[in-house]
Amino acid sequence: MNQLFVNIDWAEIWTATLDTLAMLGGSLLFTVLLGLPLGVLLFLTARRQMLEQPLLFGVLSFVANVVRSIPFVILIILMIPVTVLITGTSLGVAGAIPTLVVGATPFFARLVETALREVDRGIVEATQAMGASTRQIVLHALLPEALPGIVAAVTVTAITLVSYTAMSGVIGGGGLGDLAIRYGYQRYQTDVMIVTVVLLVVLVQGLQMLGDRLVVHFSRK
Amino acid sequence: MIRFQNIHKSYLVAGKDVPALAGIDFEIAAGEVFGIIGHSGAGKSTLVRLINLLERPTQGQVLIDGRDITALPDAGLRDLRRGIGMIFQHFNLLSSKTVAENVAFPLKLAGLRDAPAIKARVAALLARVGLTEHADKYPAQLSGGQKQRVGIARALATEPSILLCDEATSALDPQTTRSVLRLLAEINRELGLTIVIITHEMDVVRTVCDRVAVLDAGRVVELGPVAEVFLHPQHPTTRRFVLEAEHVDEGEQVDDYAHVPGRVVRLTFKGDATYAPVLGDVARNTGIDFSILAGRIDRIKESPYGQLTVAFTGDGVDAALQQLAARRITVEVLRP
Repeated sequence: MNQLFVNIDWAEIWTATLDTLAMLGGSLLFTVLLGLPLGVLLFLTARRQMLEQPLLFGVLSFVANVVRSIPFVILIILMIPVTVLITGTSLGVAGAIPTLVVGATPFFARLVETALREVDRGIVEATQAMGASTRQIVLHALLPEALPGIVAAVTVTAITLVSYTAMSGVIGGGGLGDLAIRYGYQRYQTDVMIVTVVLLVVLVQGLQMLGDRLVVHFSRK
Repeated sequence: MIRFQNIHKSYLVAGKDVPALAGIDFEIAAGEVFGIIGHSGAGKSTLVRLINLLERPTQGQVLIDGRDITALPDAGLRDLRRGIGMIFQHFNLLSSKTVAENVAFPLKLAGLRDAPAIKARVAALLARVGLTEHADKYPAQLSGGQKQRVGIARALATEPSILLCDEATSALDPQTTRSVLRLLAEINRELGLTIVIITHEMDVVRTVCDRVAVLDAGRVVELGPVAEVFLHPQHPTTRRFVLEAEHVDEGEQVDDYAHVPGRVVRLTFKGDATYAPVLGDVARNTGIDFSILAGRIDRIKESPYGQLTVAFTGDGVDAALQQLAARRITVEVLRP
């Protein structure tokens, strides 16, 4: 055992795991808080929807696509000044979160928009016929009906964020990805590489299983 | 009560104006069950949605109790919609809510916060539609007929004065259709609700409606009491609907009588005359013979009717036809 994992500092691995979880939790929280309203707005302002606004939809849609097309590694570098402005540092967990949020929010918003589109138009029409306002339709009909889809979107986004956190390790974001690159790749410590990757696999598997269970729990169809 | 005034509606499809309704002008009276029948694409879905303004007319007005609803501001429109229930072909229940929550939904949207009052109202509505024991199920656990009953309970929750039915039985089997129509008739009788039914099935109209408008290519081509329209259809579209309902091909029928001697007439009996021994009476009085070629005896809503195709032979045929007419039986000569 000790022969196999000579380079492993388990305390450091533990710290890195906690950092990854902190980055994931923090960025997922803000991604959902920003992405959910953005997704609803994208849905509502699209063509033939309740608040049809071609110009606003066009702008939002374009910005979302631009951010999604920038490779995340490039986005990390582009975001350094902004991150410093928001958190005072571009390093560590705090320094990584703004970039993760910016990278994941348009992605999540698009998934929310798709989940809302999956809701039967007839349900929106029936709710309208009951005299509901647009706000009531969104809060009491669309979001509850799209909940399984939104939970699935959160799951996919969380998993994407796990791989993003690994990448933000490149510029000193910390976490398991940082360990993998600094020790596993740059110092040829294959055992560190294996341990970090295994931990990331376990994390992703766990998230997917949890997400799938929640989707089933919230599905009534 | 509901008045359509010179309604035109067109949709912009690929840059072109496609008319859906062209010059709709009629009135639906309070408390009646009014049917609007038409083939798909005739404009009936658009027409029914004008009543709660899910669709807006391109031109013309919709008056409810004398008030032009197309001029209502948003808040007024929401109030109006709370007074109009609607049920749908595909039920449109919220899959994430239980039966009871679905029925309570319009009450919550209307701002009702009194939980015991909501609960009591939901229980009463579910009892009315016969779903008390299914209150805590989700729509996915119900049959089509049960889902439509939830739809009806939900539509009645805010105590509307109008109920709109958009092909409400088209997704149901014949037996379930009948039970849903019975429920609608019962609601109309007991609550005095005005019901507007959109359908493409003459049977639905025959079973529950008082009056019917036949819609063809965005225009009303025939309108009147169901018995009148059903027994004496004037417009080709109406005739097609009636024949479809009777599963008869008119052309085939006329050919069948080619070898039958005598004068072929169609007799229409309504009300009590349906069950009276009229034909035998008249035959004895005038000394003619008759053979019945085709016929049906059925009901239009509550009243019985009979329609017989008969061949008369003998010298007294003219006298016989006069006597039949004198007994308030409608006589149409199909072949002199």
